[in-house]
Amino acid sequence: MVDRATTTEPAHTVPPDVAEGQVTFTLDGRQVTARKGEMLIAAAERAGTFIPRFCYHPRMKSVGVCRMCLVEVSGPRGASLQPSCFVEVAEGSEVTTDSDKVKKAQDGVLEFLLINHPLDCPVCDKGGECPLQDQTLAHGPGETRFVEEKRHFEKPIPISELVLLDRERCIQCSRCTRFAAEVAGEAQIDFIGRADQLEINIFPGLPFSSYFSGNTVQICPVGALTAVPYRFSARPWDLDQVESTCTTCSVGCRVAVQSSSNRVTRLLGIDADPVNHGWLCDKGRFAFESVNSEDRLTEPMVRKAGRLVTVSWHEALDVVADGLRAATKKSGGPGGVGVIGGARLTNEGAYTWAKLAKGILGTDSVDAQLGDGLPAEVVLGLPRATIDEAVGADTVIVLSGDIREELPVLFLRLRSGIVDGDLSLVELSPQATALTPHAAVSLRYLPGAATELAKAIADHGAPAPATADPTDLAEARRLAGADKVVIVVGRPSLAEDGALVAEAVQVLARALPKATFLPALRRGNVMGALDMGLSPGLLPGRVGLEPGRQWFTQAWGKVPDERGLGTTEILESAGGSTGGEGARTDKPHRNGARVRALVILGADPLTDFPDAGMVRRALAGADFVVSVASLPGPLSAHADVVLPVAEAHERPGTTTNIEGRISRLGQKLVQPGQSWPDWMIAAELAVHLGADLHLDSVAEVWDEIERLAPAYRGITRSVLDTPGATDGVVAPLTVTAVAFSRRPGSAPLDPIAFPGVESVEQQGAPPRAGLAGARTAGIAANAANAANGSKGAPEVGAGTSGDAAVTNQPPQLAGPFEITVPRVVPTDSYSVRLVASRRLYDRGAAVDAVPVLAGLIPDSPLRVNPHDLDDLGIGTGGNVKVRTATTSLVLVAVADPSLPRKVVATDFNVPLAEGTVADLIDATAPVTELRLETP
Amino acid sequence: MSNAAHPTPVDRPRSKGGPAPALTHLGGATATRARELIALYPEPRSALIPLCHLAQEQEGWLSPEIMADIAALLDLTPAEVLGTASFYDMLHTEPVGSHLVSVCTNIACLLNGAMELLEHAESTLGVNAGGTTADGAVTLEEAECLAGCDGAPCVQVNHRYVGAQTAESFDQLIADLRSGARAAEIPTHGTLNRVARTTGLQADRDQIANERAAMAEAQAQRAAAAKDTAANKAGA
Repeated sequence: MVDRATTTEPAHTVPPDVAEGQVTFTLDGRQVTARKGEMLIAAAERAGTFIPRFCYHPRMKSVGVCRMCLVEVSGPRGASLQPSCFVEVAEGSEVTTDSDKVKKAQDGVLEFLLINHPLDCPVCDKGGECPLQDQTLAHGPGETRFVEEKRHFEKPIPISELVLLDRERCIQCSRCTRFAAEVAGEAQIDFIGRADQLEINIFPGLPFSSYFSGNTVQICPVGALTAVPYRFSARPWDLDQVESTCTTCSVGCRVAVQSSSNRVTRLLGIDADPVNHGWLCDKGRFAFESVNSEDRLTEPMVRKAGRLVTVSWHEALDVVADGLRAATKKSGGPGGVGVIGGARLTNEGAYTWAKLAKGILGTDSVDAQLGDGLPAEVVLGLPRATIDEAVGADTVIVLSGDIREELPVLFLRLRSGIVDGDLSLVELSPQATALTPHAAVSLRYLPGAATELAKAIADHGAPAPATADPTDLAEARRLAGADKVVIVVGRPSLAEDGALVAEAVQVLARALPKATFLPALRRGNVMGALDMGLSPGLLPGRVGLEPGRQWFTQAWGKVPDERGLGTTEILESAGGSTGGEGARTDKPHRNGARVRALVILGADPLTDFPDAGMVRRALAGADFVVSVASLPGPLSAHADVVLPVAEAHERPGTTTNIEGRISRLGQKLVQPGQSWPDWMIAAELAVHLGADLHLDSVAEVWDEIERLAPAYRGITRSVLDTPGATDGVVAPLTVTAVAFSRRPGSAPLDPIAFPGVESVEQQGAPPRAGLAGARTAGIAANAANAANGSKGAPEVGAGTSGDAAVTNQPPQLAGPFEITVPRVVPTDSYSVRLVASRRLYDRGAAVDAVPVLAGLIPDSPLRVNPHDLDDLGIGTGGNVKVRTATTSLVLVAVADPSLPRKVVATDFNVPLAEGTVADLIDATAPVTELRLETP
Repeated sequence: MSNAAHPTPVDRPRSKGGPAPALTHLGGATATRARELIALYPEPRSALIPLCHLAQEQEGWLSPEIMADIAALLDLTPAEVLGTASFYDMLHTEPVGSHLVSVCTNIACLLNGAMELLEHAESTLGVNAGGTTADGAVTLEEAECLAGCDGAPCVQVNHRYVGAQTAESFDQLIADLRSGARAAEIPTHGTLNRVARTTGLQADRDQIANERAAMAEAQAQRAAAAKDTAANKAGA
């Protein structure tokens, strides 16, 4: 491999008029300027000359194995054929890509590649979008001289639950093996054998279990790797597509959603430079099957005589309106209604529901997080980092759950920053994660004691916690003192109060004033929902309830009188004293009103909330439960009204990722049956409540968000429609400019790097459909002006309340904040503290309703420090009885030396040997403590 | 595939700060020697092929369990070990007999009756080239040049020359191998004693690091000198 650091150009050849870091060379007779160190193939592509290739991929290191990209390069002994993916541009060199010699070489390479290729294109999934097919047609000899028997393999062989392998089609470009080893860091597939018997395969019995395996299918330049859900399901020329954003988690990867006959057939990653680099995780790639599910709710249902019966929307919304009015009346105030969920909504849906709940109903007991996140003020109010800034920082401090399990593509980006860049990782976690092997320092903390560890890092005089090695702590302090520090903040454990983590974050924020923050909340559009005010004490645009009171009262007519309840308190209040099992006493609430009606937006607290007992009590105790959902799920059994809602890929709108990046969602399908988009349900429900939200289309909702929500000011529809904004626009806008990202050269997407998107487009389905919008020059500058209240923005100002309104806008949240932190009582010597972490494949609807993914949900053991296990006299793999104050479970114990003493860990929302961890967690306690016994 | 067959994904490097990997199949002395071999190289991965040879001495071939052990020792995945092991003829990923009999059929041996010898071997042993006798005593292998053309047709047993063979001497050789008459001279599974050797050249890690640093510095100086030259020329 060419070592870039050691390859120095002969300095005397650089003419003085060429800028530093640039070289000029001759490409087919033209003078072309390129970046120093750039590979010929990339420089030629930017200059408009596409050199055929198979193994080269712009997001991976060059290997030069396929020889397809041979070009003539001048040298001291005349021109010679060289692989353009493996030769850096040299000053003054002459490169020819279309000579007879090059064409002969391309003919030869293709004839060799086709010797053992089966030519089964008519039955191959890649047919019609196959780089081998396309490049053979464009550059190949047209005929073969090979008449011998081709090689044969058993086909297809499953190398995982998701990926099938047809080895005879492989042309040994090594894209898949390089992806697995270099990008994902999991070399579970490799070349086996030699010469004509060389094949790609797994180690016997160890499947390709990487969370990123689907990417190898996407970048395979032939049909050797195919995905189980797509195989034999469609032909690329029959597909229609739209570019959109994946909302399975909150990273916001850009995707091409391809469909046939109103069913999604597959998702392909699009190379969005600031976000996903073309990669997707397998959950995001394959979760679309839940949209296609036969079980989708298609009609509104109301419980009559104990049974859910299908009714009209009109009747259903009347029942909902009556139920909400009754709850408000019975509780003596709007606090009688609690709204839970919202992370599955679009920004427009979230805003409309926020306006309905806070502006019409008047309740502030609204929470998009299901007790699994962090206090919203802290998430929204700390200075935000982008993913690029985190990857390019000197030090990234991670205080979150396992990022590979929660935000997989963010894991790829961070890993790349560490492995390929100069990023140093300091990890603060109660247990080892997938990032731990890459950490410069990984410090452990006892659940509930994150603040103690943060203080030890922030204050050099503070004592080291017993769980942290003093040498490691010193190194962490040194790294935290670097110039560019980004802190990734999430929820390390669902059995530990989020406020405790938030407090630790604030300690770091105060100690490191230059540091910026990247939230690692994982749920779909949770960041958009919080930005839209779906959280107690918040209003749209990252504004607190009191600072925004005047502004939003003027706009909406009403805002809640006082701060409401979060999900945990809503459920606790709804559970009241009427609950069944282990009910606690009927506690008085801050605003006096007991929550009697629950509106649950696209969430299922029965599986998603950390404390299952509390949810069961709440559903039993509530007078009235409305579920707005796309799939039945366990919640339907408890709902009085079920309203069917449009899913991802069925609705236009926008979404906001962890960076605050707003990107457009594409609508590809028509929603099934009578289901409605989320914003429309809120708007119609308002009418049934005798009010009017004055919102009649998605576009109108967005215009109102832009006008009213301070953080979104200036991000108009025309800004989002600008070609440069395809990868999204980060809110809030700053005075400098809208940060438009680089789509490789505004040129078409590289058809060989990501086969399938461009080829489908060429066959008549351009992905960049969506809302029509003005494509005005200078939009970026105008938008920035508008964001800052400048008068030089008439175009963006049109349709808004004008300049006066801009200057009266309420301020956005700015931390650090005062948050109420529960007191953690030291553990007695008989108890252990529980860590409940997330897994990528869990029983959430995005996995459980997807047949190919449901089989991957793991059975989790209880992980115990080996010394604690020895003390119990239980061997690894043995049974252990876990007891809380109210319940006990018998689980399988395994030794995990990464855990501190007196800490046990298991996974949330996956099957355990008995029950689930939500049976053990007490959401009212700051940390969940357990006793371990021999069964 | 069940959930059990779909384990948690692995990532490299796992060794940092972690405990030594638990080896299930690589025996104590072999494992100790393996760690010594790894210590010879700046990159653990460089010891992959020597480790494969070493491990092969234990059972004659690289079983999946042994490849998993090697992977654990080197912070590789088992697939990467298999990828390398399956490339080389002298590394066996399927069981071989206690005596690997290699018959060269390259040009010099061919002219001296190697094909006839191989056919004789196949018929007397009852296996085709590449096969192992039912008693597990002999694996017959057709080899490319064994670098023993002066003794054509050349035959090796467990990589030790046994000289030119005729049909009769070959039968005797097999009989001796089965009876153990030549056990002192030809150990079972004794592949390459070079990797088992404990004396001889040892790499000094500090010395390697120093030499590399010196090379990097010299390179930096050359680059700086080239830059100065360029600056002077531009100035002139």
